[in-house]
Amino acid sequence: MDLENQKRVKEMAEKFGPENLVIVLGAAEGEAAGLAAETVTAGDPTFAGPLTGVQLGLKVYHICEAEMKEEIPQDIYEEQIGMMEMVLDVDDISKEMTAIRSEYCKY
Amino acid sequence: MNSVIMGTGYTLVHVPDMVINNGTTQTTERIVNPGSEYMEKLPHHLRSYEDAVGYMPNQTYIGNMTPEELASAEQPWYGKRMEKAERFGKFGEIMPEDEFLLLMQACDSFDLVFLSREFVTETKSKLEKHPLIEEAILSRIKDGVDDDEVERFVAEEHAEPLYYMNKLVGYVKRAHDVDPNLSAHVIHENIASKATCVLSLLHVIRQSGVAKEAIDYVIDCSEEACGDMNQRGGGNFAKAAAEIAGLTSASGCDVRAFCAAPAHAIIHAMSLVSAGVYENVIVAAGGCTAKLGMNGKDHVKKDMPVLEDVLGGFSILISKNDGIHPEISTRIVGKHTVGTGSSPQAVITSLVTDPLERAGMKILDVDKYAVEMQNPEITKPAGAGDIPLANYKMIAALAVMHKEIERSGIVEFTKKHGMTGWAPTQGHIPSGVPYLGFACHDILEGKISNAMIIGKGSLFLGRMTSLFDGVSFLVCKNSGAKEESSVSEDQIRGMLANAMREFAATLMEKQG
Repeated sequence: MDLENQKRVKEMAEKFGPENLVIVLGAAEGEAAGLAAETVTAGDPTFAGPLTGVQLGLKVYHICEAEMKEEIPQDIYEEQIGMMEMVLDVDDISKEMTAIRSEYCKY
Repeated sequence: MNSVIMGTGYTLVHVPDMVINNGTTQTTERIVNPGSEYMEKLPHHLRSYEDAVGYMPNQTYIGNMTPEELASAEQPWYGKRMEKAERFGKFGEIMPEDEFLLLMQACDSFDLVFLSREFVTETKSKLEKHPLIEEAILSRIKDGVDDDEVERFVAEEHAEPLYYMNKLVGYVKRAHDVDPNLSAHVIHENIASKATCVLSLLHVIRQSGVAKEAIDYVIDCSEEACGDMNQRGGGNFAKAAAEIAGLTSASGCDVRAFCAAPAHAIIHAMSLVSAGVYENVIVAAGGCTAKLGMNGKDHVKKDMPVLEDVLGGFSILISKNDGIHPEISTRIVGKHTVGTGSSPQAVITSLVTDPLERAGMKILDVDKYAVEMQNPEITKPAGAGDIPLANYKMIAALAVMHKEIERSGIVEFTKKHGMTGWAPTQGHIPSGVPYLGFACHDILEGKISNAMIIGKGSLFLGRMTSLFDGVSFLVCKNSGAKEESSVSEDQIRGMLANAMREFAATLMEKQG
């Protein structure tokens, strides 16, 4: 995850409380989504950014996961995400995200 | 009248020492994790020049292999050398690092690049054999300095060291004591960009056969910024590179738009030529030292060679319509606007379907799409996936939504209208333009009739706007209509005389 984004996530977690924060990802691959999810839960796996060694354990979802889809009006979801839903390997992404959440999510 | 693409030049420079010393992944690592395991392992993962020349995606970039041939070659591509791989290709070349350091010095106009005497003696004869580097450039190379001086400037004067085969062979001096925009680091980055740009200019001149003196204008579309502390990014890389390349009749300017800049610059260039302001405009760009080894950590972790070990460069010559070469349509231009929105759907619609629909065309009417043509072998190990393929799937998905194809036809669409990527991940370098050389060739051969070039840019990186950006244009077969030469003075006199005679005759009739 971009170092600047890590900084912003860390600051927001401190400001609003980690239990009140949900991170929504838009990564194109299961592996990339998993890495970003790991960063905001268990800490930066590349040991490069501000979240290195910081276990925030935040709630984190990919925009194509069923939990997110249910939160968004159908017509807006179709207009904004419909095309990408067709393109992405949603099952692979969901599998990665579920695995990370079940291991590291604290909320 | 539409302008044409008269020639294309594509160049790479293999710079393994700059991967270690100048790539930002490595320079950041040195600050954040000094003495890290990655930096220890990195030198063992760098390729030889011969391996970089033999690497099939690199041979594709310079035109010795077609994208179709590359797509059919079994992956991984690294660890293999293409049979009959050559330094020079139809579109350009792959230059080694030692010759490039001399070219950098030749591109230095302010006594900022110094090389050791021994290194210059050993290398100059190699560069003298280069078919496109003429005496005007060679004469700019200095005899060299003592090794002690090199060591002192690096140790005491904040100079940027220049290495070859891990040996200190020179330095780039800072151009100002306090100005961060003229630091040795920035000057090094900018001269490397200028020198790679010069190399690509020389190749487009060779490839097109157009005389250097006939070039009116150069637009540089790289991602570097040159200027001092009072005008950071003031420019002008284009004119600076044109000077060294010997384009004496040319002026120029820089166009910046992150990775979308090449497509923006081509739209500028074709507009200038179509409007008749200039006859020959080159859109050019040099490479980016900062992006060397950008995904190096993942390559090393996966026990691969570090594949981001080349600086890219390209030059596209856009000229007055000659009735033969492929045209750039002024009618079909896509743009992502301020109001478009940033969802991938909105982006692709604005760049692909909107311009096509305005011209009464459908997605399937375009034979080939050139998107971000990054080599997937570089990006996949870093978790970024196959970027060209992801783009082709998006265009295909749009075709499904427009009921042009069935959902089951997505994979077939990506094969027929798409390509496997071959370009190095140098930001602006892979952005649609690497295909123009092949596109022109295939259009002239009658293999395809048109191709859409799409450039996209991540403006948020500059922290000035969170908007996305992109533009697109269509290259198509020449309609065969040659641009008429302008009307001569005699013709104007004749036309005026005829008009006067007709007017007089009308008056006589009325009076009669």
